[in-house]
Amino acid sequence: MNAPALSRRSLLLQGGALVVGFSLSARDALAQQTFAPVATIGFSKPIATDQVDSFLALGADGRVTIFSGKVDLGTGVQTAMAQIAAEELDLPLDRVVVVQGDTALTPDQAPTYGSLSIQKGGMEIRQAAATARARLLQLASERLGVPADALLSENGVVRPRAGGQGIDYADLVKDGRLDLKVDPAVKTKDSTAFTLVGKSVARIDIPEKVTGRFTYMQDYRVPGMVHARVVRPPAIGASLESVDEASVADVPGLIKVVRQGNFLAVVTEKEWAAVKAAERLKATWSKWEGLPERDKLWQHVRATKVTKDDVTSSTGDAGAALGQAARTLEASYDFAIHTHGSIGPSCAIAEFKDGRLTCWTASQMTHALRKQLAAMTGLEPEAVRCIYIEGSGCYGRNGHEDAAGDAVLLARAVGRPVRVQWSRADEHGWDPKGPPTLIDLKAGLDEEGRVAAWSSQFHVPEGAAGNVPLVAADLAGLPHETTMSPGNIIQNSALPYAIPNVRTVCHRLASTPFRPSWIRTPGRMQNTYANEAFLDECAAAAGADPLEYRLRALKDPRGIEVLKRVAEIAKWQARPSPVRDVSGDVLRGRGISYVKYELNRTYVAGVAEIEVERGTGRVRVPRFFVVQDCGQIINPDGVRNQIDGNVIQTVSRVLMEEVMFDRGAVTSLDWASYPIITFPDVPEVVTDLIDRPSEKPWGAGEPSAAIVPSAISNALYDATGVRLRSVPFTPAKVKAALQAT
Amino acid sequence: MAQEMSLDVNGHAAHVAVDDPETPLLYVLRDDLGLHGPRFGCGLGQCGSCTVHIDGRAVRSCIMPVSGLKPGAKIVTLEGLGGPDKLHPVQAAFIKEQAAQCGYCINGMIMQSAALLNETPKPDEATIRQALAQNLCRCGTHQRIVRAVQRAAGTL
Repeated sequence: MNAPALSRRSLLLQGGALVVGFSLSARDALAQQTFAPVATIGFSKPIATDQVDSFLALGADGRVTIFSGKVDLGTGVQTAMAQIAAEELDLPLDRVVVVQGDTALTPDQAPTYGSLSIQKGGMEIRQAAATARARLLQLASERLGVPADALLSENGVVRPRAGGQGIDYADLVKDGRLDLKVDPAVKTKDSTAFTLVGKSVARIDIPEKVTGRFTYMQDYRVPGMVHARVVRPPAIGASLESVDEASVADVPGLIKVVRQGNFLAVVTEKEWAAVKAAERLKATWSKWEGLPERDKLWQHVRATKVTKDDVTSSTGDAGAALGQAARTLEASYDFAIHTHGSIGPSCAIAEFKDGRLTCWTASQMTHALRKQLAAMTGLEPEAVRCIYIEGSGCYGRNGHEDAAGDAVLLARAVGRPVRVQWSRADEHGWDPKGPPTLIDLKAGLDEEGRVAAWSSQFHVPEGAAGNVPLVAADLAGLPHETTMSPGNIIQNSALPYAIPNVRTVCHRLASTPFRPSWIRTPGRMQNTYANEAFLDECAAAAGADPLEYRLRALKDPRGIEVLKRVAEIAKWQARPSPVRDVSGDVLRGRGISYVKYELNRTYVAGVAEIEVERGTGRVRVPRFFVVQDCGQIINPDGVRNQIDGNVIQTVSRVLMEEVMFDRGAVTSLDWASYPIITFPDVPEVVTDLIDRPSEKPWGAGEPSAAIVPSAISNALYDATGVRLRSVPFTPAKVKAALQAT
Repeated sequence: MAQEMSLDVNGHAAHVAVDDPETPLLYVLRDDLGLHGPRFGCGLGQCGSCTVHIDGRAVRSCIMPVSGLKPGAKIVTLEGLGGPDKLHPVQAAFIKEQAAQCGYCINGMIMQSAALLNETPKPDEATIRQALAQNLCRCGTHQRIVRAVQRAAGTL
């Protein structure tokens, strides 16, 4: 290996030199890693998604730089992208460098969301790399006078299969540029020849992260930079009436108190001074009490105006079939408002120079953010460059983009580069939230106990996966989006089972208490929770084993396989729920759940084992089994890491998490008031992967979260004979439910 | 009026000028000394991301006023625990177990675990979980972290 594994910076330095052919200095390509200021002019590197040169550059030193619009949010996709490209280009992994999410350098491959980084982003890179390889063979064929099909590529060299001298890629493409369209029909490498894809390659970033050498967004600095903290309104819709600047006059290094509309912030030379100034600044705000009463949240949701109905499935005549059913069941499920809960609060830096704006950000969507910042500032999008620098994991659209908006507004106000670091309370209070979800279900069983009719109604906010409005633009009255973007939350409201009469309807609500956004597995988690728990209620009503009941209604062989395998590894005992004896002090049970993600990709089945303390209502999940089939796996260890994360984070969500608020604002502003799971309660996650190398790869970042809430609800019922239908399943709720029986 | 201070950080004398004696050690380490190991997570001592060693004990630097340091206190950060050329056994074990996702909390996990192993070289799994009970991870890397600590302790 030429570069030590720990020296990502030097790797990138050498990789960066590769793009000189694009009239782009090495220093610019290095912007993600050095403290050098970045110019935003003079880029001629293509970023169009139909150009091979948009995705990769071949270096004179034999290294290849991959330009990925999808970014690593801590999920390991940077390593997986390198594996995909190295595999297709027949290069050793250490000769591939990945540049991510820089609007001047990387193609717009859409935001890093929806479990599409590998499935979509990675496959675009694979296609570009395969096209590049085909061209390299063709160029070598011309130079060597040997037909392309008599050549092979390995270790960055094309040479005749029959033996003899080969030519380095770098020699074949002197300036690193291919001037070539991505060939959608290009033949990619056959999976039987894979040497890197499908292997648990160690992650590129971990050595730096465990030695303090990694530069997170929160660590990044630019010359001349100053620090800022925002001062948010005490109530979301409050207006700023007055500010007493004298209250912070003695703060050392105070540069400015910035006020624009209801946007308020302090800018100082040093960071701690900004913290103190934000604490001390006296301001008066109007009263605002526009939030619903928390203990009447579900009445509020039910009373919210419906703007349209999305019918997500309609088969047979559910209404008529319900009327004719031998037996009917009816239940409502709800899932609380949640926060992303990133461990590192959001942070960004912005700088205006020569009429151009550069923003360093941990945004999962730099190309979209660029447009938002352009709209907010009145600049042309071409005058704005957003550069991704990895931050704390975000699990959806958290506060990263909002911190960028804050930094831009402040950099313009003080004429210097400004770094904005959100506080813990800013993050808990002002990141956009996962909206409250309420689901009503009815089922009709036939004489044999099978589901003959299913009707469900989901009460969820309107909107799709657009941009979430920026807080700074909203508070300052600058141009911004006014629509809601909770993510495509109607997914998985329809069922993966063959039921003769089904109608699933999403009532799209005109408003929701907090600015919504997507949180890992948006909608798919809440909807699968209701569907799979209610299906379990049907199984119990039918006196059937929950696994057997599902298999009876499932026609999809890959779905059947994940269910059967999870039953095997969990040593599932076929019997109806609940267990026979529900009288002990510590009750134990197991629950099963299944999802076909968005009904068209990744299959997951899971089994939760739980323990319930009757006296306290405390629930623990000691073990959770998962079997996943996401098609071709790029990095099995990376997929396992994601499944661990999905299960553990979602167990936390289901057992303890709920955003608290009064009539004005969020009141759960720290980890004491919004607790998350800690080590003593973390389950053992047992995972079995089904790898299908010859299939397309599907998403792995989210699907396994979808099955967790229902598996726990089902296990709780199995253990206690009591059905919990309101997430989180707090000790108080569980105890009350147990006492009611 | 800025106050000149001398700190012993990772075995080197560091001279800093501090405006406010209440400045938490975290800000001095990150902003004045340019260290990346200790991380800002909550500023409340709740999450553990900012953990450093002071005289061998794990301390939350976000709530440790720099003026509260004893003279001559030896401060060690993740960078000083071990580097690419000479990894601390806990760091090596975290790499071996691939025990990180976003890695933002990992500073605290490693510093807390290294301090644990100093006092209890062979902890069982329950002891490790208890020792890390006040260190928050949101990505859900907990079981790999526990395994890494077991590996470092030679008890895996």
